Amino acid sequence: MRKLLKQTEFYLALVILLLSILITMYNPRFLSAENIFDLLKSFSVMGIMAVGVLFVLILGGTPDVSFTAIAQVAEYVVVIMTLRWGGNILLAFLTASLIGGVLGRLNGCLVNMFRVPTIIITIATSNIFFGLLYVFSQGQVIYVIHPLFRRFSEIRIGNLVSQHGVYFGLSLMPLIWLVVLILGWFVLNYTRMGRDIYAIGGSELAAERVGIPVRRTKLFVFTFVGVLAGIAAVVHAAIVQSAIPNSLVGQELDVIAAVFLGGASVFGGAGTILGTFLGILLLAVVNNGLTLLGVSSYWYNIFVGAVIVISITISAVQRIRQKKTRVKVQVDSEGWRV
Amino acid sequence: MSDFLKLVGIKKSFGGVQALKGIELAVGQNEILCLVGENGSGKSTLIKIISGDLKPDSGELWISGRMYKQLRPIQSLNLGIRVIYQDFALFPNLTVAENIAYSQLVETQDRLVNWREIREIAARAVELVQADLDLNEVVGNLSVANQQMTAICRALTRDTRFLILDEPTSALTKKEIDRLLQVVRDLQAKGIAVMFVSHKLNEVLAIAERVAVLRDGELVATLDREEATNERLVELMSGTRVTYSRYEAKPSNEPPLLEVKDLSKRNCFQDISFSLRRGEILGITGLLGSGRTELALALFGIDPADRGQIVVDHQPIKIRTVKDAIKAGIGYVPEDRLTQGLVLKKSVGENIAAVIIDRLRGWLGLIDNRAWNAAVERWIDELAIRVTSPEVKAQTLSGGNQQRVVLAKWLASLPKILILDNATAGIDVAAKSGIHQIIRRMARQGIGIILISDEIPEVVNNCSRILIMRKGRIAAEVETADVTEAEVQQLVELTEPRGKGEGMVASSL
Repeated sequence: MRKLLKQTEFYLALVILLLSILITMYNPRFLSAENIFDLLKSFSVMGIMAVGVLFVLILGGTPDVSFTAIAQVAEYVVVIMTLRWGGNILLAFLTASLIGGVLGRLNGCLVNMFRVPTIIITIATSNIFFGLLYVFSQGQVIYVIHPLFRRFSEIRIGNLVSQHGVYFGLSLMPLIWLVVLILGWFVLNYTRMGRDIYAIGGSELAAERVGIPVRRTKLFVFTFVGVLAGIAAVVHAAIVQSAIPNSLVGQELDVIAAVFLGGASVFGGAGTILGTFLGILLLAVVNNGLTLLGVSSYWYNIFVGAVIVISITISAVQRIRQKKTRVKVQVDSEGWRV
Repeated sequence: MSDFLKLVGIKKSFGGVQALKGIELAVGQNEILCLVGENGSGKSTLIKIISGDLKPDSGELWISGRMYKQLRPIQSLNLGIRVIYQDFALFPNLTVAENIAYSQLVETQDRLVNWREIREIAARAVELVQADLDLNEVVGNLSVANQQMTAICRALTRDTRFLILDEPTSALTKKEIDRLLQVVRDLQAKGIAVMFVSHKLNEVLAIAERVAVLRDGELVATLDREEATNERLVELMSGTRVTYSRYEAKPSNEPPLLEVKDLSKRNCFQDISFSLRRGEILGITGLLGSGRTELALALFGIDPADRGQIVVDHQPIKIRTVKDAIKAGIGYVPEDRLTQGLVLKKSVGENIAAVIIDRLRGWLGLIDNRAWNAAVERWIDELAIRVTSPEVKAQTLSGGNQQRVVLAKWLASLPKILILDNATAGIDVAAKSGIHQIIRRMARQGIGIILISDEIPEVVNNCSRILIMRKGRIAAEVETADVTEAEVQQLVELTEPRGKGEGMVASSL
């Protein structure tokens, strides 16, 4: 029980629960299966990308900010390719992952080569990826995409009828998100690769001394981020049914905020899949709640900003506390009075 | 008895400087050997050659009867050699179990992780040294001593023949040191040779079977335990015979310069009262964790006290910030000159002028260059800091010279009170006595000096009065004229007031 109280995940779940109760009191529609399914579906793109961000943050503190640009490129290219040559959804996922993986690996190579913080490298590559996309696409929006995306997005599990007589069910998108979460959880907790990522985040010097292949691990993480961005890209295309060159860029801060909220530390070495999931969920609940309560959605941006500040403060305070407890004076405290 | 390790004619130089000049040293199969030497004597170079991190220029390493010209790190590990460095190289975010098992995980090259196996590996290692470690605790939450135990346990997960501990006691309390020494003896009983590298001579004398002394890259002596005495080792390490002369303050009836009454800070120190006269050198000593450094930080406003009174020159003052302390005429020379006392990348002149910069303003509030140069040169001269010019960067100086720069910085501000917190730690003996001379001179000029140190000879010989701190309180106060070093040592190490020790505290109060 005491351990539970120390965990970020516990408090997050508590906050989500309280918020949900609050929102439901004002607008009972919040707790309807239809709304929840919808919410999960629309946040699965961010959710998938968040797993990649979690890996980067565990590895070394500063976030990758280029994953939305990578997803954007992958989305646009795959939409054009399927329009021209057809194909199926599996092929779309494979191609997008491949494109994402290559671009992510490029980030990894640069990080290894220049040994500068991830955020600096990825601000640069993000601009390059996004810029190239604009140069080649001329910023053109593709409104009509291949019907395979529509067919994929219409697959539903369960067939329910809403109050208004509309058929609905659980979309496949949250399930893809779930698969990514489970995969991430398995890698982080049950593979050497995952433990190496935590170890490098804890102390890169110690990792090198103990014989962990630091550079190879970093390369893996950045490739993995790219692959997840590719998967998220296809999910996104299927949900929005179009390819808009700037529809994802700008969301990276929300994703990063969610991961920090889930317990990742600016100093690296910390963070869990469950926390990341709950972080995204909280953003989703707040976003949805504001809409249902009729509050301006600009408040959402303020919320995201506040979340980053608070999470960073918490990890900084924890670090200071840890440092202070090193050599303790055991005061003979008989008769202590203030 | 056959030797585990034998070094023959090991030489190593860095860019023309001979760090090791032909070392001949043997370590028996389950012997505890201590290696002592001052900073820069070549201790760490020697360790790195044994661990395979450096290759010698010439010479031979014989390990278990086989000859090697040089070792690679992996070879050294496979031969059963483990080094535990001062920084432990642990993962603060992982559990004790995982930290201990990690090197074995890396070795097996398995792609998946078996948590039960990790716990078993860790439990076995912990059992070996009978350490009291919670396997599920995160290493970052452990005390330094337990972190060190974790590092030792990790070293023992693979077949270990020879364990090198590099300055293992520098951040441990007395109790923890005793525990460590016990573990080292247990390991010896299990057939593991140990090399204990330290500059703290009393620990060395407590555990060593033989003591090897390094000076300027040469092995100047290898003594058996019976032959090794504190004085002998100091003499061998420094190459000069150091005789301490005691300092006696002029008796004066002047009212005290500084009075501290019932100063307390939660979890740091409690009910501290003492006074300091002009021209007096007051010693404060105590074990690590006795609250001595915390007291200094409070007097200097870095971590202010919760309650109590501070009176300087009859003026009750509040010290909430460093600025308050400086305004009251208090200077502070910290132990860690590299991170706290000096801006290493700035010049010696800029470092010296740092505190008095406001007083060097001239026309329009701009820095008056002539006043600047005069002040800087005066203090370089006064403290005999060996530099070719004030423009030289502080990082290029030797430890002793660096600490002189820190002293100069504070003395330039013409303080009434100067606090030295373990200021001579890690400085060689000659430089140390040079700094003592400066302190004495300053005291004679009327500055009140508080000398905090864990080296008993240092306080006994330089101070006229000593406060001994224990568990955050002043446990005893002695006049140095009445006591010997051994008696003070005994007062310091007393962990619980009881028996014979109790009588002594009472009599000296």
